[in-house]
Amino acid sequence: MKIVVCIKQVPATNDAKIDPETKRIIREGMKAILNPFDTYAVEEGVQLRDKFGGEVIALSMGPPKAEASLREAISVGVDRAILLSDRAFGGSDTWATSYVLAKAIEKIGDVDLVICGKQAIDGDTAQVGPGIAAHLDWLQATYVMAVEEISSSSIRVKRMHEDGYDICEMSLPAVITVVKDINIPRVPSLKGRLASNKCEIPVWKPDDINADTSKIGLNGSPTRVVKIQPPPPRHTSTKKIEGSSIECAQTLLRELKLRSIV
Amino acid sequence: MIAFTDAERKKYRNIWVVAEILFGEIQPVTYELTGAARTLADLRKSEVWVVVMGSDIEGKLESLFAYGADVAILVDNPGSSGFVDETETKIMKRLIIKYKPEVVICGATTRGRALIPRVSVMTHCGLTADCTGLSIDPENGDLLQTRPAFGGNVMATIRCSNHRPQMATVRPRVMKSPEPDPGRAGRIIKEDMLTSDSEKIKQIIDVFHSTETAYNLADAQIIISGGRGMKGPEGFKLLKQFAQRVGGAAVGASRAAVDSGWIPYAHQVGQTGQTVQTKVYIACGISGQIQHLVGMQSCDLIIAIDKNPDTPMMQIADIAVVGDLFEIIPEIIREIPNL
Ligand SMILES: Cc1cc2nc3c(=O)[nH]c(=O)nc-3n(C[C@H](O)[C@H](O)[C@H](O)COP(=O)(O)OP(=O)(O)OC[C@H]3O[C@@H](n4cnc5c(N)ncnc54)[C@H](O)[C@@H]3O)c2cc1C
Ligand SMILES: Cc1cc2nc3c(=O)[nH]c(=O)nc-3n(C[C@H](O)[C@H](O)[C@H](O)COP(=O)(O)OP(=O)(O)OC[C@H]3O[C@@H](n4cnc5c(N)ncnc54)[C@H](O)[C@@H]3O)c2cc1C
Repeated sequence: MKIVVCIKQVPATNDAKIDPETKRIIREGMKAILNPFDTYAVEEGVQLRDKFGGEVIALSMGPPKAEASLREAISVGVDRAILLSDRAFGGSDTWATSYVLAKAIEKIGDVDLVICGKQAIDGDTAQVGPGIAAHLDWLQATYVMAVEEISSSSIRVKRMHEDGYDICEMSLPAVITVVKDINIPRVPSLKGRLASNKCEIPVWKPDDINADTSKIGLNGSPTRVVKIQPPPPRHTSTKKIEGSSIECAQTLLRELKLRSIV
Repeated sequence: MIAFTDAERKKYRNIWVVAEILFGEIQPVTYELTGAARTLADLRKSEVWVVVMGSDIEGKLESLFAYGADVAILVDNPGSSGFVDETETKIMKRLIIKYKPEVVICGATTRGRALIPRVSVMTHCGLTADCTGLSIDPENGDLLQTRPAFGGNVMATIRCSNHRPQMATVRPRVMKSPEPDPGRAGRIIKEDMLTSDSEKIKQIIDVFHSTETAYNLADAQIIISGGRGMKGPEGFKLLKQFAQRVGGAAVGASRAAVDSGWIPYAHQVGQTGQTVQTKVYIACGISGQIQHLVGMQSCDLIIAIDKNPDTPMMQIADIAVVGDLFEIIPEIIREIPNL
């Protein structure tokens, strides 16, 4: 079984600041982390490999420093990693990002299963996983909370929905996106850390994956971010209730009754 | 990507909504989106079309007209056992090529978020996720889409002017449902299913309705939510009692409480949990970090109970109660008659 796990390096959200002059997100000096949802994708890939043999490969598109996230994946058991990094990839929206990742997966060749996180915590769209499946014309299952069975030709998964879940069986190759219920990511072992320090991570450019340059980067992206601003503040005049606990309880209760809440 | 010419762009008309169907019922998000689409279509002097894919649903289409739809495209799929992303994608692609809508809006639900990115790739269109605001240029039909990103820290405005249709998803309960007009009529267009792809097989073996994985915070009018300040599972017992006394209240939680194992994930509100828009939200011992606020800040009335008066939650709250919740909440419970 050949598994590809797609991972994204993201800024730790708490730090997202907007430059008041340029209205752009200040990325400099932002702490970068592996997208938290992708740690579950990595863990699932490693567990499936351990059970069924084969190889698990981590794949990321991003700036050169995204290599650190790929090393993190290797430290918890991924066999090898590939970084897609080039000026020409910059500014890709989800359409173009999933195109690039799909081309890289084709290039890797003979891939049975692609695992993505549910969503990235910066762009927050959850569109890249299904996008990859669409570009490859593979089957997909999203919001997967358990892989129940897998064979060389098919996979059976439990998909989470708002109203419950379903069990879905499909032939491979396929793309799945996973939610945090699926597993508990391991911490890196000493051996893993050593491997991650030592390994070579190849960097692929558009030519390496035979990408059509009209489909990548800003030019290949149908969406355009035209404005970035802070969210509108919630206008409020806060009514403060203070005093002894009994006074507080009684004042709050009065407010609740006034509004027919109790 | 080659941009559309003006002439090509003009061939695309009408605002479409992809209906969310669950267990043979049209879901509320569909009506919310139909209302939003109506506003856009009126500005463009065009029509609202709703695409309905499901089985045994024909008798229920009238309600769509009442909420503002002009046309319902019905793709009846008898014997369909569940949601098959690939089949629905193919249907959507075929309909888009045939009828050329200017805008397609879909609910940002687990199904919608699986389906529509696939459609957008297959039709070479831009797709904006989780929009909280949609406005349209009445002259050229360009859609201005506003959406939160970076976990709610920023609002981005996005356009997809060079291509048609323009696609967007909107989370449930973000748009307000319009008042239905039962007298409004509309047309029904019936479209066939497609024969399935032979070599690739996907089957939905079973569908479970479960409240364990999907605690429905959304249906509640009132949510009483607890955070790290609840100190442990015992604290949540207190909240459940409180919720029982306030008839019909649901119990929510911050991620800190969920991660501590005091209450299941299904109760989590926020960026990585659920978004809620209830009439009343009572936050108990939740400091109100941005990832939590994005999930609840559009609730009508926010009440916070915290011993620290300076937390972000206490700042945005309409009513901020300063004190020890382990003293205040039992007192309130005592005072509310147990009906
Ligand atoms: C403020 C803002 C708003 C945006 N809004 C939109 C929008 O509405 N529509 C749109 O099309 N684009 C949008 N983008 C662009 C989008 O964020 C990027 O295209 C991004 O590369 C991927 O999207 P995402 O972060 O939403 O990932 P998601 O689709 O949420 O990611 C899902 C999964 O896909 C995989 N994945 C995602 N990106 C990569 C990667 N680079 N390398 C490897 N694996 C990856 C991971 O497994 C991840 O868990 C926006 C960008 C910004 C800054
Ligand atoms: C990528 C990412 C995604 C996240 N997603 C979410 C999400 O979806 N939802 C979410 O909630 N968080 C999320 N978080 C976590 C978030 O940043 C905060 O860590 C979390 O919300 C804090 O929870 P809290 O307010 O319960 O805890 P704290 O911040 O510790 O607040 C506890 C509060 O309780 C008060 N308190 C303590 N004892 C008492 C008492 N006896 N009486 C009264 N008040 C008391 C304290 O004064 C304090 O204000 C996310 C974080 C990241 C990085």
